[in-house]
Amino acid sequence: MIKVQNLTKKFGSLVAVKEVSFEVKPGEVFGFLGPNGAGKSTTINILCTILRPTSGTAWVSCCDVLKEPHRVRREIGIIFQDPSLDDRLTAEDNLRFHGYLYHMSEKQVKERIPEVLDLVELYDRRGEFVRKYSGGMKRRLEIARGLMHQPKLLFLDEPTLGLDPQTRAHIWDYVMKMRAETNLTIFMTTHYMQEAEICDRIAIIDNGRIVDLDTPANLKSKHNEKTLEEVFLKITGREIRQQAGESSWVQWMRRP
Amino acid sequence: MGDFWAIYILWLRDLKRYWYDKARIFASLGQPLLFLFVLGTAFTPSFRGPAGINFSEFIFPGIISMTVLFTSIFSAVSIVWDREFGFLKEVLVAPISRWSIVVGKALGGSTVAVLQGCILLSLAPLIGVKLSLIIIIKSILAMFLIAFAMSAMGIVIAARMKEMEGFQMVVNFVIMPIFFLSGALFPLDHLPEWLSILTRADPLTYGVDLLRGVLIGVQNFPLLNNVIIIAGFALVMLAIAVFEFNLTD
Repeated sequence: MIKVQNLTKKFGSLVAVKEVSFEVKPGEVFGFLGPNGAGKSTTINILCTILRPTSGTAWVSCCDVLKEPHRVRREIGIIFQDPSLDDRLTAEDNLRFHGYLYHMSEKQVKERIPEVLDLVELYDRRGEFVRKYSGGMKRRLEIARGLMHQPKLLFLDEPTLGLDPQTRAHIWDYVMKMRAETNLTIFMTTHYMQEAEICDRIAIIDNGRIVDLDTPANLKSKHNEKTLEEVFLKITGREIRQQAGESSWVQWMRRP
Repeated sequence: MGDFWAIYILWLRDLKRYWYDKARIFASLGQPLLFLFVLGTAFTPSFRGPAGINFSEFIFPGIISMTVLFTSIFSAVSIVWDREFGFLKEVLVAPISRWSIVVGKALGGSTVAVLQGCILLSLAPLIGVKLSLIIIIKSILAMFLIAFAMSAMGIVIAARMKEMEGFQMVVNFVIMPIFFLSGALFPLDHLPEWLSILTRADPLTYGVDLLRGVLIGVQNFPLLNNVIIIAGFALVMLAIAVFEFNLTD
């Protein structure tokens, strides 16, 4: 589903991602873990075709992200790290907007909106303006939107950041339900190590390099630790990381 | 085909946002109404217009152009908000071409500006400007041309703007000069040389002239001349906007 070879991304003198290679199989839940500034979001942004790599190649869903970004974009769904809804529109408006951007017909849009809203339990509030939504509701709506066009591959960039445990549990329930129904492939990043337990395989990335890649069980036995959290700290150290001010995405968005 | 629907939905989004925010529709009528009725009435006794036209009638097309100008630019600059609040990402990762984003945004901004212009146009009988179906249709076309050119220019500005703090600069150094030099509030003949040159360098001058010709039958330049200049300006701005959006690829 994803094949990455020697991927490198530099921002000026800062090397955000250094010669990263890995593969994700269809139907797999693949976790990408790492401290702040390790290169997680940069990698996701390259795979989503919104950042160009400095060197290396990446295939997503059988297309090269550099050569056929449009085909890749049709097949993926993305839940961004930061909010990306139009809060001056209603929930339904946001979903319809998304459907049209992804070449869905009005008939498909009409059928799909209740389905995805039911999944995240927001159907009753579909006509409300998004600015009246709570943080958790906005997140759920973004999940619904990411699944709207039935992507084969879903990117989740810290989808549960800043949410209460109940909402977090619900969000993973929705995603796993979708996965069970449609054989969705999931590529996710998170800082909550308990959440990473649901992954089939985990890559731990630090300073732009993959330092380990294995199943959660193997990681724990290999490093002789009881929890993923301890494995993570053992591999990446206990030092607090300085993120270079803003994420690479924000820097890119603020380009002159 | 996908791009066509992308343009449609981007256009619809601007229309919906306009429709949902009715307070803004009324609020943005305040300034043009002051110009029209206070300034218009105050200057009418001392104004000697061509063909017995009084000052209110003379500035009526200019004030409509002003509203169209401001509404278009404000709509286009909302791209900066979209970038700040993250919504632009949703659009940029979609499987649609960059030009359709620019065209959809320009059409959305223009339509909203024309609607706002139409509200003012409906005041024509109060001012003493006669309307007919033909005049209304011609006015809408003229307003649309102005709106499209100004929206495209707004998108060019927005693509370069990092955050909303810079917007006051844009108002002071771009929008206000364009408005003041366009002849919206004064006749273009008998101006000193330097001012005459500046007015002719302003693309909105030809838009105001076009609309004035349609509404009160007074114009300084030939109709075709006006249409070609504004349409040409619109296309150049559109091309620059598409180029700037493509840079992000």
